[in-house]
Amino acid sequence: MKNRLDNILESKKDLLSIYVMAGYPQRNDLMTILRGLEKAGVDFVEVGMPFSDPLADGPVIQDAGNAALDNGMSIKELFAQIKEMRKEITMPVLLMGYINPVMHYGIEKFAADAHSVGVDGLIIPDLPFDTYVKKYKALFDANELHFIPLIAPQTPDERIKHIDAQAEGFIYTVASAGITGNIKTSEDYRTQYFERIRNLHLRNKTVIGFGIKDHASYTHACSHADGAIIGTAFIKHLKENGAREEAVGKFVKSIR
Amino acid sequence: MSKYDVSSEGFYGRFGGAYIPEMLYPNVENLKKIYLEILNSEKFKSQYKQLMKDYVGRPTPLFYAEKLSSIYSTHVFLKREDLAHTGAHKINNAIGQVLIAKEMGKTRIIAETGAGQHGVATATACALLGMECHVYMGEVDIERQAPNVARMRMLGAEVVPAKSGNKTLKDATNEALRDWISNPEDTFYVIGSTVGPFPYPDLVARLQSIISEEMRWQLKEQTGKELPDYVIACIGGGSNAAGSFYHFVNDEQVKLVAVEAAGHGLDSGDTAASIARGSEGIIHGARTMLMQTDDGQIIEPYSISAGLDYPGIGPMHSFLAEVGRETVLSATDDEALQAALQLTREEGIIPALESSHALAALPKLKFRSDENVVVTISGRGDKDMATYINHLKL
Repeated sequence: MKNRLDNILESKKDLLSIYVMAGYPQRNDLMTILRGLEKAGVDFVEVGMPFSDPLADGPVIQDAGNAALDNGMSIKELFAQIKEMRKEITMPVLLMGYINPVMHYGIEKFAADAHSVGVDGLIIPDLPFDTYVKKYKALFDANELHFIPLIAPQTPDERIKHIDAQAEGFIYTVASAGITGNIKTSEDYRTQYFERIRNLHLRNKTVIGFGIKDHASYTHACSHADGAIIGTAFIKHLKENGAREEAVGKFVKSIR
Repeated sequence: MSKYDVSSEGFYGRFGGAYIPEMLYPNVENLKKIYLEILNSEKFKSQYKQLMKDYVGRPTPLFYAEKLSSIYSTHVFLKREDLAHTGAHKINNAIGQVLIAKEMGKTRIIAETGAGQHGVATATACALLGMECHVYMGEVDIERQAPNVARMRMLGAEVVPAKSGNKTLKDATNEALRDWISNPEDTFYVIGSTVGPFPYPDLVARLQSIISEEMRWQLKEQTGKELPDYVIACIGGGSNAAGSFYHFVNDEQVKLVAVEAAGHGLDSGDTAASIARGSEGIIHGARTMLMQTDDGQIIEPYSISAGLDYPGIGPMHSFLAEVGRETVLSATDDEALQAALQLTREEGIIPALESSHALAALPKLKFRSDENVVVTISGRGDKDMATYINHLKL
């Protein structure tokens, strides 16, 4: 199976991915934001599905999620927006969210609907990798959806290899022990960790997330991996500047 | 192995499991590998047993409640967890987990708390055993439960306000899990109930199982019969019920009754009855019954009792209820208040509001006059005096 994401991963270097929250700042802002990101040359986008109890996220993304829920955002509404967006946006779209709303929607229906509106992959932090392999890999494969696994500094080498052997798409490298928007460790520590992963010679590309916020951290990440994902810093930018195409473009330019 | 036991992967039927982010995987996996070994070690067993006896004051009495027995025309026994040190069953679990943390070489303890009982128990265990302690508590609960906040601080714990979401128990649990994600090396998370990712539900149930272990020999001593006809306990997350049912679950003739908090009523929209009014989902790493919207967003539950307003329920209870091994009833705020007043006036015991829900099941059940009914009084009512004063016009 090969989808939009594979094509980007094969053809681009120093990948830049941006995380946006569906339904934030306003319910229908997704289209404007994605248009701005695509024009500015972002390689792929992660669209957050808001959840009341986002375990792996820090306060900035949780607040954005709560605002989105207050705006009436739901998975059903998100699929409608993505379907509409796909008429003009060609970059890969990953959905990032938590397992409970997905299960409640019905995971078979979720996979089928995601595929039909043009989603390329899923990041579901609280769906454990081994459960995915055992129970949902066939379903996601059938719907051409990559399931992007996470690894963290505390993930042992053996476990990373185990994940790499069965993963497709890329491996989401969590930059430090922590939640989104929170970097506690020193740059030396992170460099050591990134190099440890590089020396494992994984078959999948690695993209670094959590704590990437500006040109310096993006460049540092790209020097050790295949690219970086920016979440919290962009949500803050949206909070301050709103969903304007031009402002979105300016943010991306400040990173690259 | 009984059909009610947890599977090696942490499932009770289809409930339970460990739906956790990869960042927590090494910690949870490590605990999963080692918890039974530690629990079964002679060192742990002798330390735990001694502290339960000399520090907590166990065994807690099994008290024959003569007047309640006459009112309900049966034999009512009260398992007095309210007499345990710190005033509730929570200490059984907190001491056990802090001992395990020490054995694993961890130096920093985190916990979540709603009303503050588990927080106080954990802070107590940490003071006793010399561990650094951080308790996450919703900002709203910190305001509502000032005396327990002061107790934790006096015990040397840091009370960390959870400022996300609704700022109550589920948010405190989220924050504690986030802390654990951020501090995987030195930190042990002491979960307060039979919730969270496997192995926590099983670990907490085992540590609370001392309740039913004692009930068996105490009943035998007092009645000549080891098995009661009924065991009744309240459920929020489900730890005192798990402990009260644990050693009876394979004795099918013992009726196990779990009482949920109905709040203003099951159909009022303000309830915490996760089994009666919830649906299947995943919360804090476990598949279980929970209160959620049509979009799978978790709903803040409501109960007069701060210890019962958790949106989920321990996965073992979802399972035992589904297979019919445990009967699930519910009691409203008013029924619980009346039951509290009745116990206080008839037997001179002021129960916690949580435990009052268990007592409120007595008038809902039909007993024979020769039956033995055990009700677990999970905690004492001192912490609830403000609510009692307000609602009972004292």
